[in-house]
Amino acid sequence: MSVVTNTTTIGAIDAPSRRNTELALVVFAVAISVFAYANVGLALNGELPAGMLGYGAGLALLGGVAHLVVRRFAKYADPLLLPLATLLNGLGLALIWRLDQSERLARLPSFAPAASKQLLFSAMGVALFIGVLLLLKDHRILQRYTYISMVVALILLILPMFFPAQFGAKIWITIPGIGSIQPGEFAKIVIAIFFSGYLMVKRDALALASRRFMGMYLPRGRDLGPILAIWAMSILILVFETDLGTSLLFFGMFVVMLYVATERTSWIVFGLTMSAVGAVGVASFEPHVQDRVTAWLDPFAGWGTHAASEQMAQVLMAFGSGGTLGTGLGQGNSDLILFAANTDFILATVGEELGLAGVMAFLLLYGLIVERGVRTALAARDPFGKLLAIGLSGAFAIQVFVVAGGVMGLIPLTGMTMPFLAAGGSSVIANWALIGILIRISDTARRPAPAPAPSTDAEMTQVVRP
Amino acid sequence: MNKPLRRVAIFCGILVLSLLIRDNWLQYVRADELTSHKYNRRVEIERYAHERGDIIVDGKAVTGSAETEDSDFTYKRVWKNGPLWAPVTGYSSQAFDSSQLENLEDGILTGNDDQLFFDRTLSMFTGEKKRGGNIVTTLNGDAQRAAFKGLGEKKGAVVALDPKSGAILALASTPSYDPSVFAGNSLKDSENRQKLLKDKDKPMLNRALRETYPPGSTFKVVTAAAALENGLYDDIDAKTESPLPWTLPQSTTPLQNEGDIPCENATLREALRVSCNTVFGKMSDDLGNKKMIEQTDKFGFNKEVFTPVRADASIYPEDNRPQNAMAGIGQASNRTTPLQMAMVASAIANDGKLMRPYMVAERQAPNLDPVYTHEPEELSRALSGENAQKVQQMMETVVKDGTGTNARIPGVTVGGKTGTAQHGLNNSEKPYAWFISYAKTDSGSPVAVAVVVEDGNANRDDISGGGLAAPIARDVMKAVIDSKK
Repeated sequence: MSVVTNTTTIGAIDAPSRRNTELALVVFAVAISVFAYANVGLALNGELPAGMLGYGAGLALLGGVAHLVVRRFAKYADPLLLPLATLLNGLGLALIWRLDQSERLARLPSFAPAASKQLLFSAMGVALFIGVLLLLKDHRILQRYTYISMVVALILLILPMFFPAQFGAKIWITIPGIGSIQPGEFAKIVIAIFFSGYLMVKRDALALASRRFMGMYLPRGRDLGPILAIWAMSILILVFETDLGTSLLFFGMFVVMLYVATERTSWIVFGLTMSAVGAVGVASFEPHVQDRVTAWLDPFAGWGTHAASEQMAQVLMAFGSGGTLGTGLGQGNSDLILFAANTDFILATVGEELGLAGVMAFLLLYGLIVERGVRTALAARDPFGKLLAIGLSGAFAIQVFVVAGGVMGLIPLTGMTMPFLAAGGSSVIANWALIGILIRISDTARRPAPAPAPSTDAEMTQVVRP
Repeated sequence: MNKPLRRVAIFCGILVLSLLIRDNWLQYVRADELTSHKYNRRVEIERYAHERGDIIVDGKAVTGSAETEDSDFTYKRVWKNGPLWAPVTGYSSQAFDSSQLENLEDGILTGNDDQLFFDRTLSMFTGEKKRGGNIVTTLNGDAQRAAFKGLGEKKGAVVALDPKSGAILALASTPSYDPSVFAGNSLKDSENRQKLLKDKDKPMLNRALRETYPPGSTFKVVTAAAALENGLYDDIDAKTESPLPWTLPQSTTPLQNEGDIPCENATLREALRVSCNTVFGKMSDDLGNKKMIEQTDKFGFNKEVFTPVRADASIYPEDNRPQNAMAGIGQASNRTTPLQMAMVASAIANDGKLMRPYMVAERQAPNLDPVYTHEPEELSRALSGENAQKVQQMMETVVKDGTGTNARIPGVTVGGKTGTAQHGLNNSEKPYAWFISYAKTDSGSPVAVAVVVEDGNANRDDISGGGLAAPIARDVMKAVIDSKK
């Protein structure tokens, strides 16, 4: 066994790729998820669930194939992102399957078992993940599609307006035979690409060619104009579609990326002011929002009279009843939430059945994904990669905050899905794509610099060893 | 670009941190409040997830649990012979909460009480299924059945006490109801309950504990006790200073006796035997309102009694002189519960010592180990032993050859007092028939009873207390004595 000693000034030594770490963690993630599945079966029916092997094999296959693709095509990628996504996706499946077993939910006319569909969607998500890694050899290629991304994002956002509203929000497009998809989830990624591409080019102009106004630096209209217009349009569309979670998400992402691109704190002030104005403005005329705010302020006051409040109260009671350690998977009554128990409110099931410990673990898993994303942004060598990575991870963080904060009553509820956890095809597919892009950027970022061509001069400077 | 990136990282960290803090607030700090919130259905689900413990009479359970299918509540309460025991157990409904023993002893019955902590912890390790503990009552099944049989279709109530301990032996209220009919949470249960609530006979009213009646002539026993205790009279066979007719103080209205009975200067014994209004009315007036209140206080009037089921307070009010004189014959504004009159009879039978009435003899853990055993407790000294025996002699005369002959039991000494309480404007309503009594054997008195029948005899004869209520009291007393043999 040879000891690698770095004796050259210019290293050609491979940085550790950490692929084996990733493999071990993926195995761990699959094992934990299978245990969760077994736990649900034992708690609900007193026996191991019949589909346990199929479920375990399916999840292992997804994780395994994804891992092999990363090993082959993104050798230096961050080793945590894939296992984290696999674990969240696997546990999400177990939770959805647990709620499928609920008799209470089964009595709802709008309810349909979602676990098998979710497994299919997860497979599609992993397929897209693999597609990203195979087709996107270098994330910088995406720069070329800056303006195409803008158009695609707008189309994605406008489309749902032509479809009927479901549950008070026009955020779905229904394709006969396939089901409904939520374009907002995909728009999140596409618009991040647009912002990155645009800001990379304009960041100097935005940061430097500005006029001082009331102690703040305001950029010139021609620099800010296009991006402001796109942003305003997407917000307006979303407001008309009453998809507030996503508008908040876009706005947050926009401010974060602008701040990172220009390095000017004034953007934060600017962004916060605008969001405050926007929030108050929307809340004052949109009954959907007023409902949510009422439910947030005192959920128990509207018991029996106000559906949104009652549901919020049910969610809070689910969390409270879980307590510190939870009731155990399958042994709680989080299905009392009824409508959207396995989508928007799935975190409440975690809260009741896995308790404070479980929810904190989940939040930390999400925190880790964000942390790895920010780390990728720090490590990235090109501004586009930095912006894209921080945009995507910032969006991820904001989405987790808005959903979890809404469900836990920290902020008013806006309907969005917990990434990977909640039942819903668009969400799981889009988030796998998001992880794919982050992995691609991190691979590029951590890839060691190519070895310099051997030169005689270099030879001369080598340390002479006995 | 790295400096803002680091700041964004911190910002994301703050987002996650605020979620963690919120989660701790929700699931740790507020957990108890939310877990037990009144809207939290989990409380009910948990409550009905296990078999409820039983209420036990004479060693046998009068309640049970049945598995239900149609809701998320697994078990519901059932009663064996519900109407017979409803005045004791109360109800326990999945949809409409619970009452009386089912309510007060809920902790034991569900198994959640702190007294069962050890037991619960133990079964956590042995893996035993959770079950509630039992409540052993003091009731006597035979006496309870005799009371219900005696009341029959009539509205009324019976309370029987063991004078030596205060144990409640019978607690009957008619018409009664079957709590089983609304123990579940279906639409049918709701309809059944509505029907019971709308019934003009108020079957869900516990007349033994929660209805106060004018006590009528049975109250003369209290007035006699007050006279003896305050030294107004010493000898029950000496003549009293009682003119006939006797006019109510501050008034020109003479107080009437029922019929032509020998009340002029009658002895105490004679006055009680034939139930003289004039003698006792004057006695109450001579004693005055304050002394009467003092005496009733000693018998347990003027405050609520907890058995542990709450009984309404029986009232002897502060009144003006004519009212006080009328109250001395149980006819003005004083009102008592049947329980209170049973307490009066039992205090006299127990030589003046009033024991605290109770109906829970023992609380048992699910494994039948007792976690609580009731110790009889003296509530007050209602009158001296000597005076109590004097009142006993008077009451025994009433049964031997007075108005209460219907209560005679061969071979047993019985003391009693009848009463017919007029009520309604100008006595327009049917009077209440009362009877209070006790039985005495060689080993002291095993039972004291109070009976009230609401639809008393229309002829307003004092005998009606003896005619309607006394036979019921007799049967209850006999049932207790027979069950001791």
